[in-house]
Amino acid sequence: MKLNFTEQQNAFREEIRTWLAENVPAEPLKTFDTEEGFQQHREWEATLNKGRWGMVTWPEDLGGRACDLIEWLIFEEEYYRAGAPLRVNQNGIFLLGPTLMEYGTQEQKERFLPRMATGEDVWAQGWSEPNAGSDMAAIRSTAKREGDKYIINGQKTWSTRAVWADWLFGMFRTDPESERHRGLTFILVPLDTPGITVRPIPQLDGLPGFAEIFFDNVEVDVSNRLGDEGAGWSVAMATAGFERGLMLRSPARFQETARRLVELYRANQASADRDPGVRDAVIRAWMDAESYCLSTYQTACRLSQGGKIGAESSTNKIFWSELDQNMHGTAMSLLGARAELLPHAPDAQGVGTWLDGWMFAQSGPIYAGTNEIQRNIIAERMLGMPR
Amino acid sequence: MDFTFSEDQLLFRDSVRDFLVNEVTPERVRASWEKDDGRDAELWQQLAELGLCGMTVPEDFGGLGMNELDFVLLAQECGYVALPEPLVNTALVAVPVLSRLGGEAASEYLPRIASGELRVAVGCSENGLVEDAAQAGLLLWAEPEAFYVLTAEQFSTRYNPSVDPSRRLYAVELGSDAKPVATGDQAQALYQAVLDRGALGAAAQALGLAQRMIDISVQYSSERQQFGKPIGSFQAVKHHMANVAVRLEYAKAPVHRAAYALAEDAAGASEAVSHAKLVACEAANLAAKNSIQVHGAMGYTWEVDLHIFMKKAWALAGSFGDTGFHKQRIAEHIFADGAALGAGTTFA
Ligand SMILES: Cc1cc2nc3c(=O)[nH]c(=O)nc-3n(C[C@H](O)[C@H](O)[C@H](O)COP(=O)(O)OP(=O)(O)OC[C@H]3O[C@@H](n4cnc5c(N)ncnc54)[C@H](O)[C@@H]3O)c2cc1C
Repeated sequence: MKLNFTEQQNAFREEIRTWLAENVPAEPLKTFDTEEGFQQHREWEATLNKGRWGMVTWPEDLGGRACDLIEWLIFEEEYYRAGAPLRVNQNGIFLLGPTLMEYGTQEQKERFLPRMATGEDVWAQGWSEPNAGSDMAAIRSTAKREGDKYIINGQKTWSTRAVWADWLFGMFRTDPESERHRGLTFILVPLDTPGITVRPIPQLDGLPGFAEIFFDNVEVDVSNRLGDEGAGWSVAMATAGFERGLMLRSPARFQETARRLVELYRANQASADRDPGVRDAVIRAWMDAESYCLSTYQTACRLSQGGKIGAESSTNKIFWSELDQNMHGTAMSLLGARAELLPHAPDAQGVGTWLDGWMFAQSGPIYAGTNEIQRNIIAERMLGMPR
Repeated sequence: MDFTFSEDQLLFRDSVRDFLVNEVTPERVRASWEKDDGRDAELWQQLAELGLCGMTVPEDFGGLGMNELDFVLLAQECGYVALPEPLVNTALVAVPVLSRLGGEAASEYLPRIASGELRVAVGCSENGLVEDAAQAGLLLWAEPEAFYVLTAEQFSTRYNPSVDPSRRLYAVELGSDAKPVATGDQAQALYQAVLDRGALGAAAQALGLAQRMIDISVQYSSERQQFGKPIGSFQAVKHHMANVAVRLEYAKAPVHRAAYALAEDAAGASEAVSHAKLVACEAANLAAKNSIQVHGAMGYTWEVDLHIFMKKAWALAGSFGDTGFHKQRIAEHIFADGAALGAGTTFA
């Protein structure tokens, strides 16, 4: 065990820090749940990519830096420290990207990865359907094979950023006779294909952060299939693994929230201490964010020495989503009567980001597999309890 | 950056685990409860022969010369079997503190501790009571301003039974001839060293205890049937255990980091220990609470083994600094002017 960074790792940190200091926009971008903000974020992805900072873990010939997980964590730390924009293409780069590298043909990798890296193609995820939420194997949207085409019909929903995204990676039933996990296929669909209707769904904050997507005889070339026909479930499970595992939510994000929470507490200490629970919650927030960081480093080191991540990755999703909710809930208590003010309220004095964060934190225990589903997985697959 | 244990550390852990699981059965723990002094001389000798009593004793003094990090995984295993013998306090607290003190006390006592011949007890004024003081031939007593190394004639004891029958707790009164061997800054550093190592030992044992309670509850809930099914198939029961697994999973790395920080004498070691102690004991307390619930009335009995582990978890939560003490130390760190917090500060 050696808990400090090598010279090389420190130099890497220095390099990204310097680059971010010069390139992170001085004015925060508009939220990517608006058309203008989406465009700004797409441009930011292009800027990142020019500096080869878009996907640091990708191989060099794909515009990455072939970073290991520790360097990735360092990158994330600097990224959040610098207050750089959120990643509009995270479904692409963190979820589909790794899946393509594992299951994609050479041709598919060349076709999709570079454009994903530049932000030219922003990706949406199309798994959930009105009747297939937690029970994803209940997917009913179909893709019927006709020659070298699939004809897609059905409906997807809750697809994040699909309103302005360019592509969708989805799961469709290719074998109409099949049930449950069998007969599903992973298909990549351009969202401007005729027959597709995207209907925005306003989220808790009123902005169209996700959408439902209707497919009416949508033709997609067979070359857009990822993995074998009927093998969609196992491909999707790999993607879900990346989502719940390390990539989706790096510790840096929560450590920065914890830091801001400590600041908020110190700035309002006199009023905050009237409720002794607040101080305790702030201390816990810091500890849990720290625990999350330590555990992530420990896992990353284990993986880089050939270890595997198993069902215990489901503990990860529960831990960070509840931490995020607790931290923002504490901030809401701290802010008292000002907590309800929207960010643009004239007297909000900059506290509105906590409200935005609080609202978004409500979705953490739901998306990427609800926390109840994660608890089932932990009990059955990690602890071996009976089904 | 390498946050993993070495092959040797893991192998040693495995062999000690095998030994403990085979030898320190719940029956043997219960048998030692029945003894007046609560101790099992034969087991202590076995532990000494395995090199465990002297594991952290410097090689010059007949030990294996290992440190807190080498020992932390073993402390987890001691928790897993609820070992009544004071191995953790000996190897993780008393020996490193005595080595720091150095001088005659170290050269005289360390070899005898390593061989298992001399039992040592260690306490501090933050705790008040001292485990195994009456069974020990030597007592290390730490106060912020004075540090004592006392032989059996130099102090008297008063037994205070604990909820955990394995713990033999004593109020200690120093004799009139007791003289501190260190005062001032040196005493302060030793006091800190006792508290930090004691808290680390409690935290590491709490991890093992939590794991044991999960294992016991998972097994019980797979066998016990109600409504024609194993109770472990009910989601409410599953989620009780999953919640423990989550808290336990995220308590491990803080404990390992704290052990590393103490072994390396790193800045910030005390906060790391407080963090570890709080989250590990919280996981163990949750394990206790949810495990008894999963057992139903069975869990409320003396006969079922669960309470062996549950009671030790309760007891350890308050020893070597209670939650108030450790939260205060964290608060002093994070609420200080200019504290380095946020992304990228954990290993800085
Ligand atoms: C912000 C946000 C973004 C999202 N983005 C996407 C996206 O980009 N692409 C996409 O495909 N989907 C996306 N989703 C959808 C998400 O994956 C689903 O919401 C989630 O899988 C739960 O499905 P559901 O909403 O239908 O809830 P339901 O499955 O109806 O569940 C409702 C409640 O019942 C509980 N429940 C259901 N089954 C069980 C069970 N077996 N045991 C115990 N409890 C159970 C759930 O835990 C939950 O509490 C997003 C969701 C949100 C909130």
